[in-house]
Amino acid sequence: MTKAVSLFAVFALLLLFWVLLNGSLATDVLLVGAIAALIIAVLFRRQLAVVTEFRGTPQAFLATARYLVYLLKELVKSNLRLAGIVLSPALPLNPGIVKTRTRLNSRMGRLLLANSITLTPGTLSVELDGEWLYIHWVTVESSDIDAATASIVAGFEQHLEVMYG
Amino acid sequence: MVDLLIYLAAALTGLALLLALYRFVKGPSTADRVIAFDVLTIIGITAIALLALLEGRGIYLDVALVYALLSFLGVIVIARYLERGL
Amino acid sequence: MESLLAPLGGVLLVAGATFLLLGGLGLVRMPDIFNRIQAGAKATTLGTLLSLAGIACLQPAWAAKLLLIGLFILFTNPLSSHVLARAAHRGGAEKSPLTAVDRLAEDQRGDQA
Repeated sequence: MTKAVSLFAVFALLLLFWVLLNGSLATDVLLVGAIAALIIAVLFRRQLAVVTEFRGTPQAFLATARYLVYLLKELVKSNLRLAGIVLSPALPLNPGIVKTRTRLNSRMGRLLLANSITLTPGTLSVELDGEWLYIHWVTVESSDIDAATASIVAGFEQHLEVMYG
Repeated sequence: MVDLLIYLAAALTGLALLLALYRFVKGPSTADRVIAFDVLTIIGITAIALLALLEGRGIYLDVALVYALLSFLGVIVIARYLERGL
Repeated sequence: MESLLAPLGGVLLVAGATFLLLGGLGLVRMPDIFNRIQAGAKATTLGTLLSLAGIACLQPAWAAKLLLIGLFILFTNPLSSHVLARAAHRGGAEKSPLTAVDRLAEDQRGDQA
């Protein structure tokens, strides 16, 4: 995104946060919020990678919506599976740390990918090293890099690629 | 009916707190205690929100928000400390 | 509308608390630190989100603030789990004897050799 657009996006997001926090649209609340949001947006416009690295195309917004739906679905799935493991008396585990590779290049894309992996069924990001992700897996299906990448990383990557690249 | 469900949820949350507390006391490693602490605070946030609901005081939600912020920072700081080697 | 929202909220609250309880149970039962983090991170995230959604159904006026808390937890909870897992691994935390592979430890030994 261009500088001016991303500055405005940061400002709008902060103001939205402020309004949600206050739960009111009174003039004085809005005025204080707008001033504070403007100062923060100008001071920290480069640090807020969530906004500045976002592509901002219509496709990116669509991918964001799809990503959120997919994330919530996976979160529910992962909890049901975990519940099954925890409640079974035998505790069926086959844990291990596998290596996977990501195509994403942006910092924000990789961060969100690692975050999402932690919330998906049985996986937890342990270490990030450039394009390599080391993932703890409760029930290891394959320790091969490509196979593990396909089953853990690929689902989120297709959405995040459009959003952040 | 709904009140009953709220109390049931509060009881389950309390039980979850006890389980996490067991791990916190038992350990055995420092990392185990930190993850137990992390879980305790997240459950605590739910407990505060439930309390807000039972008492009908929206202001408690601000407490929950600030608590979420501080506990996140706390866990990150402790984890960084652990990384440097204790 | 009103009559439907309240029971839904109650059910969501109980479902959320159940997941919190499962998370606590996982924390106690799992054999090593990484599996415990897995149980802790996932179950508490969903449990808290469901509970907050339930409260939002019972008190619609608080929905905005509850949404903020929920979003914050959705983003920070996996982050703190990840940082903890990394710290535990770097600190050489004990792994359950069940552990099948550890590519990270293998690669680190490779780097040093």
